[in-house]
Amino acid sequence: MGVKPLLTKDFATENLEQLAVYERTGGYTGFKKALETQPDALVELVKASGLRGRGGAGFPTGNKWSFLPKGMYPRYLVCNADESEPGCFKDRYLIEESPHQVLEGILIASYAIGCNLAFIYIRGEYLPQTEALERAIEEARQAGYLGKNVLGKGYDIDVILHRGAGAYICGEETAMLTSLEGYRGEPRLKPPFPAVKGLYGKPTVVNNVETVCNLPHIVLNGADWFKAMGTPTGAGTRLWCMSGHVNRPGNYEMENGTPIRELIEEHGGGVWKNRKLKAFQPGGASMMVLLPQHLDVGLDFDAIAKAGSLAGAGAMVVMDETTCMVDAARRYVKFFEHESCGKCTPCREGTFWMANLFDRFEGGDAKPGDIDLLLDIGYNIDGRSFCPLGDASTWFPRSVIKFFRDEFQEHISEKGCPFKKSVQEAVA
Amino acid sequence: MPLANSTVTHIQELAARYPSKQSAIIPALWAVQHEQGYVTDAAMGEIAQHLGLPPSLIEATASFYSMFLTRPEGRHDMVICVNAPCMLRGADEMAGYLKRQLGVRDGQTTADGAITWHSTIECLGACGGAPMMQVDHRFEENLTPERIDAIIERLRKEPAAHGAPQHPLPEPAPAKKPARPRARKTEN
Repeated sequence: MGVKPLLTKDFATENLEQLAVYERTGGYTGFKKALETQPDALVELVKASGLRGRGGAGFPTGNKWSFLPKGMYPRYLVCNADESEPGCFKDRYLIEESPHQVLEGILIASYAIGCNLAFIYIRGEYLPQTEALERAIEEARQAGYLGKNVLGKGYDIDVILHRGAGAYICGEETAMLTSLEGYRGEPRLKPPFPAVKGLYGKPTVVNNVETVCNLPHIVLNGADWFKAMGTPTGAGTRLWCMSGHVNRPGNYEMENGTPIRELIEEHGGGVWKNRKLKAFQPGGASMMVLLPQHLDVGLDFDAIAKAGSLAGAGAMVVMDETTCMVDAARRYVKFFEHESCGKCTPCREGTFWMANLFDRFEGGDAKPGDIDLLLDIGYNIDGRSFCPLGDASTWFPRSVIKFFRDEFQEHISEKGCPFKKSVQEAVA
Repeated sequence: MPLANSTVTHIQELAARYPSKQSAIIPALWAVQHEQGYVTDAAMGEIAQHLGLPPSLIEATASFYSMFLTRPEGRHDMVICVNAPCMLRGADEMAGYLKRQLGVRDGQTTADGAITWHSTIECLGACGGAPMMQVDHRFEENLTPERIDAIIERLRKEPAAHGAPQHPLPEPAPAKKPARPRARKTEN
């Protein structure tokens, strides 16, 4: 348990973004080994390793691959680098520090599922990261790692880097595929799942950046080695993006199952300005708030779910005692209002009204019934939206009402935000 | 303003690269914005022509994505994230300070054409360096009023990051007379 650099172990190496340096650290040996293996055996290996998708849902990667219908070609792989969840900045870090590791993972996944054209969908705001990947792809092409007849093994693979243009919804896999096809990035109905009918109606696998980064290491060291790290249902490590009121914000690669306390207190240096911890939020903007009593929960999909939140995309937003929880929830709700794609009514109208209500609380115009009205709107969005992003817009505000209802009451009785003054002092 | 030949060639290459030419719409819009600084109706018409698609399809896609600009802007652009992780570390105060220093409202450009202040924005993936802003698609992290002043100062002198500057650079200031060296009191 504790910090365990696996994906990040060579990040201190200078110029790791260059192919020659990456190769010196053992880069592309995983891909070479993979090319010596039968694709089906690779799928079984990843299944046996217990690797779960690092994008948010935690779905077992090997299982996802094995859902591709037999004998249907072409197949596509799309690497999801559209990291837009507030609080998350791990994919950006992985790409910046070692773009070749991302690329090697994509090549292994492509070979395993029998795909000859892979895509990286990167968010539009990540321009330096796009350029880093562009350079890596070009270097790898020159070195013969991608193109026709890769390393003389008779396998063809090309990778297209596709830059998005500012839409959170495109991180949802079906919306990403719609966007990649050149349309407005609106989600599609599932089923059919992308594995059956994905990009251009063909079988498609969508894998997160961090997920594919694990593949070279699993191929090189085997499933048992990988399974030995972490928890029985959460093998390996995860990058945790720590932000908010901690002394040392940043990315920390932790073995799964490490207590949250260790991440925040030891590695993050604890809450800043010698203040007390009020709440924290794992997973990113969508996920439910947790309290200091949950500090001993392990950093793991299942453990965090049991505690009443979700590990999501690996964010850890820390809030100190001066934080106005109503305002924090308001920011997230406004984010979802802004990013709602408008396709379905519960999300489009619901997030709009939630945002209006939160503005009333902060502005001092809230009425006694407004707390229940917020819960009612949340109830009518969750489970009734077209895609999970609508549902997720309600989780944080509802959890805040559950744990901090008295703060909402204070906003009503004091006709405004009781924290405003102290918050301004905190940042002065 | 018709597209440059190099942009047209690039769009045609893109169309050939993807399994479907419609997939080339977003990269083509990027290419146009890179060349001209923003995307006009005429440019979208040209994209449609080169991809062999109806112009309505290009605009339908373009209007969904917030990063395609539809009007000329300053040589540089700025946004500040105020989502919760940044808010916790004082982003509101930084946004207020920046706006006061620029003396503009949302969507406006400074009088010298140097900087367009868009608005506050949602998470850009730099929560570890909060508060942060994005200047010409590059991140500036761990903001303080002093850093903001230095960034503004620098941008006022720099040419545009995109291909076609919409506003000319300021005239170089008339050369000052070299200051006479002042006798400095030395303390012993």
